[in-house]
Amino acid sequence: MKTNLLFAAILLSVLQFCLPVNSRAQTNEVATIGFDDFLPLLSKTNDTLYVINFWATWCAPCVEELPHFEVANKHYKNRKLKILLVSLDFKGAKDSRLLPFLQKHDIQCEVLHLYEPDANQWISRVDSTWTGAIPATLFYRNTQRLFTEGSLTSQSLNQYINSFLNP
Amino acid sequence: MKKITFTLMLLLGFLYSGAQGYQPGGKATDFELTNVDGNTVSLGSMSDAKGYIVVFTCNSCPYSVAYEDRIIALHNQYAPKGYPVVAINSNDSLVQVRDSFSAMKQRAIEKQFGFPYLLDTDQKYANIYGATRTPHVFVLNRENNDLVVKYIGAIDNNFEFPESATEHYVSEAVEALLRGKEIITNATKAIGCSIKRKKQ
Repeated sequence: MKTNLLFAAILLSVLQFCLPVNSRAQTNEVATIGFDDFLPLLSKTNDTLYVINFWATWCAPCVEELPHFEVANKHYKNRKLKILLVSLDFKGAKDSRLLPFLQKHDIQCEVLHLYEPDANQWISRVDSTWTGAIPATLFYRNTQRLFTEGSLTSQSLNQYINSFLNP
Repeated sequence: MKKITFTLMLLLGFLYSGAQGYQPGGKATDFELTNVDGNTVSLGSMSDAKGYIVVFTCNSCPYSVAYEDRIIALHNQYAPKGYPVVAINSNDSLVQVRDSFSAMKQRAIEKQFGFPYLLDTDQKYANIYGATRTPHVFVLNRENNDLVVKYIGAIDNNFEFPESATEHYVSEAVEALLRGKEIITNATKAIGCSIKRKKQ
């Protein structure tokens, strides 16, 4: 009996963790990862369209286009689409700039902080055409890929997404 | 139809990634641009130089700011040896006001730049060179009457913590030129701020 109770208590606490948390409670949980841990996220094969946007709080055109990703995130929430905002902020700026930015703008898309200073080693592994300028966005579903360097309008973002979802 | 749309999108994406520019080994063009002191500067006007460290940079980009002292150090180290720094700001000041000509002048005075800091209106030379981000370095070597591109890319491999950099691409390239040796790494990629182009 005691074991059952204990089990239920554990289950409850686990469930609590899994429940969708409103707003950006995840702000404090933005993971900082290196490229080796990031790489598997560029080659998933599960029929989901991944939209991976490279940005930073210091990049004005990146910040300008973020609302389009937020809108798309809501708009396509019932589709097999996953938007990932990959911040390339400086290490020293995660607490002072990135997290407050996400909070202030109530960013709902999933955010990762990619920190791998030796960029020459990994930029081409994201896409061979990428010069390293941001914003840049990778769209992929299984083996179908599309990479863009430069700003997206809400129209071009939707066009790209639709070229995968509603070809 | 599916395929055509996708190919079109791919093509669009490709065109967008655009700027072809120079490759290592190619020839670079000289320019005449206005310096922060009001004078016009061309590479040819610095006639005793063996080559140049051309840096597309700006005031506003955190990467450029992070590398500013390293750009100054490169000039102090290599100008006496014949490879001065020539800094160029190609950002459109209507898109980024902190990169206006008066802001450039101010920054050059504050940091006592010992090298020209030139304004590239309309991104003309950023387009010709193929500079896409700041800072973006082109090491040029004078060979006969040509300017030959010897290195394109980043200054080193740690933007945030200079002491942690393990590869110093630009110094290694210039050192190799000074010693008449082959440059081992002649092109690198780096994250940086995109050059702010004039809005159409």
